[in-house]
Amino acid sequence: MTAVHDEVLSFDEAMEKYDPALGFEVHVELNTRTKMFSSAPNGFGDTPNTNITPVDLGLPGVLPVVNRVAVESSIKIGLALGCKIAERSHFARKNYFYPDTPKNFQTSQYDEPIAYDGAIDIELADGTVFTVEIERAHMEEDAGKLTHMGGATGRIQGAEFSLVDYNRAGVPLVEIVTKPILGAGRRAPELAKAYVAAIREIVKNLGVSDARMERGNVRCDANVSLMPKGSTTLGTRTETKNVNSLRSVEHAVTYEIQRHAAVLDSGAAIVQETRHWHEDTRSTTAGRPKSDADDYRYFPEPDLVPVVTNDAWIEKLRSELPEPPAERRKRLQADWGYSDAEFRDVVNAGVMSSIEDTVAAGVSPAVARKWWMGEISRRAKLADVEPAELGVTPELIVELNALIESGKINDKLSREVLDGVLAGEGTPAEVVEARGLAVVSDDGPLLEAIDGALAAQPDVADKIRGGKVQAVGAIVGGVMKATRGQADAGRVRELILQRLGVEG
Amino acid sequence: MSEIIRLSAAALAQKLQSREVSAVDATQAHLDRIAAVDGSINAFLHVNTEEALLVAAEVDKARADGDTLHPLAGVPIAVKDLIVTKGQPTTAGSKILEGWHSPYDATVIRRLREARMPILGKTNLDEFAMGSSTEHSAYGPTRNPWDLDRIPGGSGGGSAAAVAAFEAPLALGTDTGGSIRQPGAVTGTVGVKPTYGGVSRYGAIAMASSLDQIGPVSRTVLDSALLHEVIGGHDPHDSTSLTDPVGALVEAARRGEVKGLRVGVIKELSGEGYQAGVLNRFAESLELLRGAGAEIVEVSCPNFKYALGAYYLIMPSEASSNLAKYDGVRFGLRVVPEGAPTIERVMGATRAAGFGDEVKRRIILGTYALSAGYYDAYYGSAQKVRTLIQRDFDAAFTQADVLISPTAPTTAFRLGEKLDDPLAMYLNDVATIPANMAGIPGLSLPGGLADEDNLPVGIQLLAPARQDARLYRVGAVLESLLEDKWGGPLLAQAPEIAGVK
Repeated sequence: MTAVHDEVLSFDEAMEKYDPALGFEVHVELNTRTKMFSSAPNGFGDTPNTNITPVDLGLPGVLPVVNRVAVESSIKIGLALGCKIAERSHFARKNYFYPDTPKNFQTSQYDEPIAYDGAIDIELADGTVFTVEIERAHMEEDAGKLTHMGGATGRIQGAEFSLVDYNRAGVPLVEIVTKPILGAGRRAPELAKAYVAAIREIVKNLGVSDARMERGNVRCDANVSLMPKGSTTLGTRTETKNVNSLRSVEHAVTYEIQRHAAVLDSGAAIVQETRHWHEDTRSTTAGRPKSDADDYRYFPEPDLVPVVTNDAWIEKLRSELPEPPAERRKRLQADWGYSDAEFRDVVNAGVMSSIEDTVAAGVSPAVARKWWMGEISRRAKLADVEPAELGVTPELIVELNALIESGKINDKLSREVLDGVLAGEGTPAEVVEARGLAVVSDDGPLLEAIDGALAAQPDVADKIRGGKVQAVGAIVGGVMKATRGQADAGRVRELILQRLGVEG
Repeated sequence: MSEIIRLSAAALAQKLQSREVSAVDATQAHLDRIAAVDGSINAFLHVNTEEALLVAAEVDKARADGDTLHPLAGVPIAVKDLIVTKGQPTTAGSKILEGWHSPYDATVIRRLREARMPILGKTNLDEFAMGSSTEHSAYGPTRNPWDLDRIPGGSGGGSAAAVAAFEAPLALGTDTGGSIRQPGAVTGTVGVKPTYGGVSRYGAIAMASSLDQIGPVSRTVLDSALLHEVIGGHDPHDSTSLTDPVGALVEAARRGEVKGLRVGVIKELSGEGYQAGVLNRFAESLELLRGAGAEIVEVSCPNFKYALGAYYLIMPSEASSNLAKYDGVRFGLRVVPEGAPTIERVMGATRAAGFGDEVKRRIILGTYALSAGYYDAYYGSAQKVRTLIQRDFDAAFTQADVLISPTAPTTAFRLGEKLDDPLAMYLNDVATIPANMAGIPGLSLPGGLADEDNLPVGIQLLAPARQDARLYRVGAVLESLLEDKWGGPLLAQAPEIAGVK
């Protein structure tokens, strides 16, 4: 990429002078078995141009047929976003020439979307709640995937040729469009991230999408505009396309706010255009000019009849909806008795469901939290994976905990047992046996180690004898070291005090 | 001339069933006729000799084995080259699809194969079915068997001419604004546009999706009914296809009856702009129906005067979008211009070279009509007119059971006569377009020869949506009355084709 030299204002200064308005278009790829308008499989990562039928290639004579499951998934998304469901919605053709679009038009919904007029509450990390109004959620089809070859940049400009994979062409999409979001102020970037995270969570919870942003299952276009403090007239917006991670959403909104502020401060006008987000430079570059008059020559798709819904169908789908994520969080926090801060940490670490499963498997919420927020999160961070992806099962935690509670192992040893289990050495009990990790509970070897530790630190021993009981920790440490951690620290403490004739 | 090729499809089917004639002989007779006359007619863009004979041989074997076969098994058929076929090229009459082979069969083709009807080949048409004369084919015009200097109608001039020239007993056509019925009228053959949704469009290359409909082309009303029953009925691949069963059309054609039937003459579809000989033959048909016990009433459809204008907004609008896929990226012609071509330049050069003038004209019209700022005035208004036309029909059908008009205002005009005057060409469809706008079924049958030029005149019958059977019931009666008057089928009066080997 060519270097980007747009002027930016500091975020703080931008926020002193301007109020941001946000708007999002989030595309959700549905995980239906087949495509939106054909019987081709809806799969990811298959050999290019294998998940196709004549319909997906737009061959002469083909006709689309609406996927009923995709309609149901779209209705569920609409319901989960608090939308009204249209009794009658229609597909339309959005006409534009581009080689990833086999018919050179995209079959989408235009003036009659399946769902409209909704709202969801978005909770920020500190518990502040913003209500985001949803304008519409409509059904459409994805385009194919272009790979530009031979150029330096991987973009179409400068490429020698381009390869097209139509496997993705016709994959069902739901596009969720917000109304302008005002009043977020300096929390706009944080709200942007939280909004996209909430959409991802909702569609995943509904089971209608795999919701993996790295695979493009959830893609965000972020609209940003600024208005001078005190003004109520929306400014000119830019649309940053395909911001495809939660972190990027936050950064892109921050950057565009800063860039807009610099442009407006210089007395210039914002150009209404699309912007491309570059994660490497954390900046955007101009895309194509975009105006509200972009002429896609929409007209009703004559090859499809309207999608007609009825109350019985909608109520049946409503009854199948899972508990909404926000309500589920409220319920789980109350059940587990976590403080607000504890619970937020659990949510942010992405281990809420794991804790729920682990508690269900039979340990206390506190123990489950200790494991998932402690040792397992630590390992996940090292391995750069999600905690749930480490292969630690609720049953394993139950077993490890039982071994600790029975006194067979201590916390420190339990980590070694976990190593062994994850290395495929067997069950926790088998690992304890094989690695000889049981806690030393015979006082004989302990007393020997205690005597050694006391002899090594006579000054500490004197302090303890003199009544400074808290100094016992240093001797305990020596003993634990000598026994390679295989001692019960509590028992060691008792024995030291006995040895020195001091009351604990 | 071999007797076999003169037989109606129904009569040929009888002889095949009784094994008086073999399917191979019947198919070969038609292939021979094509070889003899098609150099003069140019009805066929592709002749499917091998496969047709293979299917025929299989039919003969199955029949010899005593298998139960479809009544039309072994009856050969020609297919308009707008309908995709595996194993044969499909061009849509355009250079942009030259050499393209479809990897799939249209639903109607699948049904022909299931009935084991040998497909003789693919017939000529105006490019992408855009025209009323077949002169807009990229592969040269088809000529009218009645007069080789005249047009066979369009867009389905190839199918109509093939049937009129006894090259095939049956053919498939498509009708967007009259492309089955008007060629039928000017070649002295029968053509039916079924109710919209009555026959699957899957595999018919789209011109205007909300207007297009596949239908039968034949020499008799009964033959069209026979073919209509083969191709009709619900298809899950076409969302606009009706779920109703196709209905007892053959029975309706066999038991024609008009006694007590109210036949509505559409006031707006006669008079000014109609050739005198056409009006004379039309009046004659009305008299025959009245004589057979029908009640002739006059109905008015005041909004029909807007139909042509609205049609020439809706049809090009849909066509401009339907034809966007021809861009050289995935199939068909690809033209790579000199220099370092961008994808836009490749698409542009491909479309510039691949599409003919009439196609370009309609793409430009449609693109304009759908443009922001013009949509409401053009496409939007045209859709309102469409609703008004439907209401006119609704009202007319409270006064009459079927409606009647001339199919086309004139007999066949001369090749080249209207090529430079698109509006004059478009006016030829003035009587057929309203049925497409309303989605109702229409049938054209021969009404005799115009006095002034001795060329065929077509009579159009229209029925309410889903009442296709009425067309066959009335059409069969009128056909029989007319043939009694002529002393045989009208095509018996057609001249021998000049230049026949």
